[in-house]
Formats: sequence, C-alpha cells, structure tokens
Amino acid sequence: MSSAGLTAAAMAAALRRGEVTPQELLADARAQVSRLDSSLNAFLALTDDLADRQAERATEMLRDDRLGAGPLCGIPVALKDVLCVEGYPTTAGSRILENFRPPYTATAVQRLIDAGAVPVGKTNCDEFAMGSSTENSAYGTVGNPWDVERVPGGSSGGSAAAVGAGMVPISYGTDTGGSIRQPASLCGVVGFKPTYGRVSRYGLIAFASSLDQVGPFAHSVEDAAVAYAVVAGNDPRDSTSVIDAVEDPLSALRDGVRGMRLGVPREYMGDGLEAGVRERVTEAIRVLEELGATVEEVSLPSTELGLSTYYIIAPAECSSNLARYDGVRFGMRVERPSLTETYLRTRDQGFGNEVKRRVMLGTYALSSGYYDAYYRRAQKVRTVIAREFDAVFETVDALVCPTSPKVAFTTGAIQDPVEMYLNDALTIPVNLAGLPGISLPCGFSDELPVGLQVIAPRLQDARVFRVAAAYEAATEWHRHRAPLVAA
Amino acid sequence: MTAPATVDTGYEVVIGLEVHAQLLTRSKMFCSCSAAYTTAPPNSNTCPVCLGLPGALPVINRQAVEMTVRTALALNCEIPPFTKFDRKNYFYPDLPKGYQISQYDLPLSQDGHLEFDVDGVRTRCGVTRVHLEEDTGTMHHAGDVLQEATSSLVDLNRCGVPLMEIVGEPDLRSADAAREYLVRLRQILVYIGVNDGNLEEGSLRCDANVSLRVRGATELGTKVEVKNMNSFRAVHHAITFEIERQARVLDDGGALVQETRGWVEARGATVSQRSKEMAHDYRYFPEPDLPPLQLGRDLVESIRAAIPELPEARAARFSSQYGLSAYDAAVLTGVRAEADTYEALVDAGVSAKVAANWQMGDVAALANEHHVALADSGLGVGGLAALLALVESGAINGSTAKELLSELYIVGGDPAALVTERGLGQVGDAAQLAAVVAEVIEANPKACADFRGGREAALQSLVGQVMKATRGRADARMVTTLLRERLSG
Repeated sequence: MSSAGLTAAAMAAALRRGEVTPQELLADARAQVSRLDSSLNAFLALTDDLADRQAERATEMLRDDRLGAGPLCGIPVALKDVLCVEGYPTTAGSRILENFRPPYTATAVQRLIDAGAVPVGKTNCDEFAMGSSTENSAYGTVGNPWDVERVPGGSSGGSAAAVGAGMVPISYGTDTGGSIRQPASLCGVVGFKPTYGRVSRYGLIAFASSLDQVGPFAHSVEDAAVAYAVVAGNDPRDSTSVIDAVEDPLSALRDGVRGMRLGVPREYMGDGLEAGVRERVTEAIRVLEELGATVEEVSLPSTELGLSTYYIIAPAECSSNLARYDGVRFGMRVERPSLTETYLRTRDQGFGNEVKRRVMLGTYALSSGYYDAYYRRAQKVRTVIAREFDAVFETVDALVCPTSPKVAFTTGAIQDPVEMYLNDALTIPVNLAGLPGISLPCGFSDELPVGLQVIAPRLQDARVFRVAAAYEAATEWHRHRAPLVAA
Repeated sequence: MTAPATVDTGYEVVIGLEVHAQLLTRSKMFCSCSAAYTTAPPNSNTCPVCLGLPGALPVINRQAVEMTVRTALALNCEIPPFTKFDRKNYFYPDLPKGYQISQYDLPLSQDGHLEFDVDGVRTRCGVTRVHLEEDTGTMHHAGDVLQEATSSLVDLNRCGVPLMEIVGEPDLRSADAAREYLVRLRQILVYIGVNDGNLEEGSLRCDANVSLRVRGATELGTKVEVKNMNSFRAVHHAITFEIERQARVLDDGGALVQETRGWVEARGATVSQRSKEMAHDYRYFPEPDLPPLQLGRDLVESIRAAIPELPEARAARFSSQYGLSAYDAAVLTGVRAEADTYEALVDAGVSAKVAANWQMGDVAALANEHHVALADSGLGVGGLAALLALVESGAINGSTAKELLSELYIVGGDPAALVTERGLGQVGDAAQLAAVVAEVIEANPKACADFRGGREAALQSLVGQVMKATRGRADARMVTTLLRERLSG
C-alpha cells in the first residue's frame, strides 16, 4: 500500500517500527508524482540524485542512534523553486533563470539536508513569487488537487498542490503577502508563515526582502510545527534573522485554548468574503469558543490600507532585487550590439508581465519626486498597521479569521490584476507587521477547501500552533484528502 | 613640469572635494572574500554574495565600520547613535546586484572639519560626512577606448571592497587649497591606518566640484564635477584648468552647464562626460537586507581612545618638546612610522637634535637607497642609538660613525664591538695628539704662517692634515684646540 497522503508523523513512526524504509517512501513519492503531475504540474524539476543520497543517509541515521535522526529523517519533502540547491536548476518560475544552477545551497535547505530529509524536487510557483494563483509561472499553470481545472493559489501553488495531492507530506514555500497561507487554504492543507526573521532567507531568491519568509506546508498542524522547527533559528549569513532562541513549537501543542482570549478582526469578516467562507470560518470560531476560548470582536482599522501599502513596498523592493537579472553573469542573455539593448532585450524576453508590472510600479514609487508620496508614506502606514496589531494583542492572545476571501477559482477566471491582488487582502497585513500566521483546513464550500487563519504576536509562533492544534484536534477536516490522492 | 600658477580670474572660486578611500580591511564589506584584489587572478576573490547571485545576502564588516568611525573622529565628525545602509540603484556590468549598498540620509558620521595651512594662512574646510559603501568591480575593454570597444571583460575581485566616502564642504577657494586639503587628508588616512593613500592605483580617489561666482555673491554658481584625477598634480592641474575654462565662459557672457567632466591628462584638459539631464535617478531606499546600525557610545569612545596622535599635533609637540624647528618637526611627523622611530631614538637616549639630524640626513639617504626604513633594517633603532652613543661619549667621531652606519645598516651588528675589534676608537689622548699636531705644524709652514696672518680658513686645512694622519680617528675638537694653542703660542 502506498504511503501517499500519510502525515510525516505517521511516516516517521512507520520508519522507526521498521515497516517502511526511506527508499520506499521516496519510491511512493515518485510514483505519486509520475501518476499525477502530468495534470497538476506541481514540480518543475526532480532532484533525483540528491533524493537518493539523502534516502541513503537517512537509512544510516535511522540505523545508528548516535546520529540523532530527527522527525524529518527519511521524510520526502518538496522545495519551492525559489530556494537555491547547489547544482540543481533553480528558476524562481522565471524564463530568465532557465538553466540557472546555483553554486550554493540555501540555509533552510541545508538544515533539511542535515536533518536527513529527502528533497524530491523543486515546485512550480508564480514567477519570482509574484502572484496568487501560480498562473504567473513561466512554466505553466498548476492544478488544484481538489479540482484540476482550478488554481492552487499562489505564489507557492506547486508546494501546496504537492502536499494536497499526497506527493510529499511536507513541502516548503515562501510567504511575502500570503503566498503560503492562501494556497494552503485553497488546497486544503496546513500552511505556516513564521515570524519575519525566524527562518533564514540566505539562498532564498528574493522578491521583497522585508516581507519574504520561508515556511512549511503539511497535512497536520503538528507536521507543520515539526517542519518549521527543523529550518528555524538564527543564521549569521542573514542579518535580518532573529537572534533569540526558537521556542519549541511542539511544547504547547496539546495545551488547548481554554482560557485563551481570541479576537476576530471586524475588518476581516467584511463584504469581500464569499458566503461559504464566512460560514465555515464562523463555525470554526464557534468550535474554538466551545473549547473554552473567549472570543471577542476586535478592530484593525487600517486593514484596508494594507493592500495599497503592500503594493508600494513589495514592488519597490522587487524593482531593486530583480536588477541583478541583467544577462551579464548568469541566466538568460539576449545578446545585442550595445549594452543597453542587451539589458532591455534580456529583461523584456526573460520577465513575464506581472514581474514587469511590479518592477515598473516599484521603480516609479522610488523615483525622485515620488519617493515621499509613495514609498515613505507606505512605510509610515506599515508602521501604523503594525501598531494596530500591537494594540489588539494587548487585549487578545491571538486572532482568528479567514485566510482567503474565496475558495479556489477556475484557472484563467481572473484577468484583472487588482482583482487578483484582493485575494491577499487578509494575509498581507500579517507580512507587513512581520507576524506569524497559519492557515488550516476548516471545512468546504461547494466541495472546495476553506482555510482558517490564526495570527499571533511577533515571536509567538508557538501560540499559533497551539490554537491551530486545538481546533484540529476537535475537528476532522485535516483528515480529508482530495479524491485523486488515492489511485 | 611644474604646477601652473593660480590665476586670479576676478571670480570667487568655490571647490568641494569628494574623496573615496578603500579601507585596509582583510575581507570585503559584506562577505568574507579577501579584499586584496590587485594580486588575485580575475574573478577569483568572489563568492555568491559579492557576485550578487540570487538569494545571497550581505553581512556588515565590523572592521570597516570601526575604520570609518576612526576616520570620522580624526576629522572631528559627530557619530550619530543611529545609522543605516541604503541601496543606490543603477545598471552597469561592474555592479552585479544592480545596486550599490551605500548610505544616503543617515550616514555613519557628519559635521566634521579639517584645518591646514595654505601659503601660511590657516584654512578650515568642513567635512559634510564620512560614510561607508562598497566598491564596484573593474572593466577591461577590448580596444583602448570604451566607445570603440567590441567587447568588455568584467573582473569582480574589487567588487565589494569597503569604500569610504569623505564628502567635503565647498569651502576651498583655490586649486592650491584643494591640493593642500587632499594632501592633509591623505596623510591622516594613512596615519590612522585605514587607507594606503595610493592615488595612482585608485585606492584613494578624488572628485572635485568646481564653480565660480562673482566676488561678494552669496549664491553658488553652476557647478561642474571633475573626475579622473590620479595624482595631486592632476588635481591641481584639472582644477586650475576648470577655473580658467569657466572664467572664460562667464567672461564671454556665456552660461555654464551643470555636468560631469573628466580630466584627460594627455590633453591637459577636462572633457564633458555627462550632462545633468543624463544624470541617473538612483532611487535610493533603505537596504532591507540589513537592519539599522546602532553604535554604542562605548564603542565610539574606545575607537576614539585608540586614535594615534595626528601629524599636525605631533609636529607641534615635537617642536615644543624636542626644540625642533617647525620644518624638522613637520618632516619627522609626516609619516607615522618615521615619527615613531624618532621618538624611539630619543627614548633610547639619543639627544633630540642629534637624532633629528641623523634621521633626516644619513639614515634617510640609506633608507632611500636600500628601500628599507631604519626600523626594519638590520641595524634597527637600537643599533643606531648604540652607534650614536659612541659618538656622544667621544669613543668615536662623526665620520667614523657615518662609515659604520652605512656598513651596518643592512647587516646589523654591535657598533661598540666593531669599534674595539677594528681599533676605530677616537684618538682623544692629548699627549698622543700633541705629537701629531707638532709634526703637522712642522710640515706645513705656509699654512701656519697664513693662520698667524689672520686667515682663519688655514686652520681647517691643518685640522684636515691631522685627521689624515690619524686615519680619521682624531677628536676634531681637541685637534682644533691644540693647533690654536700651538700657533698662537
């Protein structure tokens, strides 16, 4: 019987009971990929040699107690294609990095390798992580495991779909404005965005440096907590990484929510929500109340400014971060007689429309004469948004709300960029404030998954897991698998 | 070729210098690659960070920050408690990230000044700021001229080397003043060990903003930025040329264009490179990969405490403490190691005046000849002190000491032992010398008669004869005394 669709915890237990080997788990993962990926397109590349080597290493580690095999040892994982893996193609979903093989490995990936995890491959995503549907990938759209005609969300759509389709129990994505939580919500899996600075960004291809954060996808809150703990912690190579020791995210997992004060931000339950999403999230909040939490409505008045603030700051940073793709040293080059022409043609042919749009937006926002009106003002609003969260957390321990205002939509259905941006309205403020947030399954609307978002104060990542785990333990939604998981 | 004299154009000249200085750190500004870029094969001192590879992140070099603070304090700057890095965005192949990490509105330091003399007049030039950034790579164009190059090669060894920018206020009023400011600034940078002072190789670079205005006017005229000056002489020539060029334009009723001009040494002229309209919009914004830097007062004070006495102050002290002339004091303090050597000699018991004479005379000549400073020579400071002690005690005379100095400078050795071994000791025994003096008087009746007739110079020839007879070992002073006694007796 295939292990597809099992949690990492179940696989780890089976490994330790000797019922399965890392090689068998890897073979199952590959079988699931080869069966489903022609319709899902979740993977851009398979890291076969690395996976084989790691499976062998994991076998060794599991055999010898002294090697300290941890919970991810021997577990197949998938990596969003913005994470550098030495010697393997790393495209960021962009034509401009076709055939680029980084000469070094991202810190987060190295920690997985050291832990004996088995990286199966690199997953599809919106180009440079810019998008909410993975339709902006230069390498084709990704199907949602619950309905392949629909998008998996984005930008980490490939990673979300890979877990949702039972190809791997754990995958990693990045979340700049909701790019882990929103696809998790749309694919019916758990997706966690850590506090900004908790996971090293060294080796993560930057979209917006002050917002990007690496985090896991999983079938359960516990798996997500484990997957987070393995990659978290200070990295001297990332000056924005937090120095304080990481609180064990598993420590409070069974503490429950009795006596906790939970806030529901009024602005997150507004008119933009689909009815089905509102119903499921309202029910989920009631469950938490029944578990002994006190729930109150709170207000984050500047929420509606989040989107416009984000669409100044993120493009500004991206316009600078993407300047290095000039065709001179690596990646694609369209050679023309003059330097300027070479720059222009390379970037014109190498970048897709959404990337160009954001580079233009950001360049404009930073231009002389516009900086004060746009970038500086956006930074001020960002501070206001962060302070409003601080104020709310004076009275409540965590916030609960929807992750995405809607369930997965049909591929190609949204053409207007601004309408697409609205998908992230409920996740973006969390990035602007640098907070930890999770999305976990809380039911279905029209047979499509709905996600519940839990948000906690900065560095209180363990509290996010605590609330999420309590809800999960009281419900069965996390046990649902998309029908295509089982052959 | 001598520097052209400064021409009085009738306008007031306004000059401000921007100086870039590479820091003498071991590693680069934001990665651990070696900063020694000149000797390495092209693109060998590189890593994902300084190559600007996707996903790489900068980490601030602590030593570079400390050197910049040291410089700023030496230039009387204030160090604000809060500083940050910013990105300066532009495209060029020697800039792999497409932006330079620099500092924009909150530099490491500000509001300093430098004082110096220009033709004996005390002059003060404000230092707007000293900030820290990273150097770019270097380009090698196939063909000599960029415009005609068919291809270009990029070497990123220099990319990311820590670079300090010292922005001067427009307080300089002549090419002479500009040159003197740069000379003084360079001396301080080298003195405090942050830069090697090499204008020719570009580890120290200077751009000049030059404008003219009618005397008495308060508003600044249109400024021209002059680049590509690779020596003090070039700085002086280029500024002088630019002053005359601008004066001619204004005299003819024309208007100046705000532009960047390059100094072309071969043509002895500045040439337009870029007009204001073509200037980049650098789109500065705070570097999101680096948190702001908060420099503790303790750190700043410990850096301040470790700054050595600066050349000007040291020269003043040398004058008062050792009774040296202003000129001697300036020469001896111009290079820190030389000043240290001087003080070591004095500490070793050599009298201040003797130490100065020897160090600036014979020792300087030998150091030049062998390209080895006394401190690094075989003889060393201790050896010279021992040698001079023999002179001081009368054991040997000056000319013997000179010979020994040149013999021992490289190989070293114990001067006293050598004097004994070779019998070079000074003949200071009155009886022994009296006999020689008597012989010389006997053999030189004409000179003796001349002296008696009032010709003082004749005595010197007689002293010379005695020295010759003793193979240079006679105590010259005693010989002179003896001759005078005998001849006037």
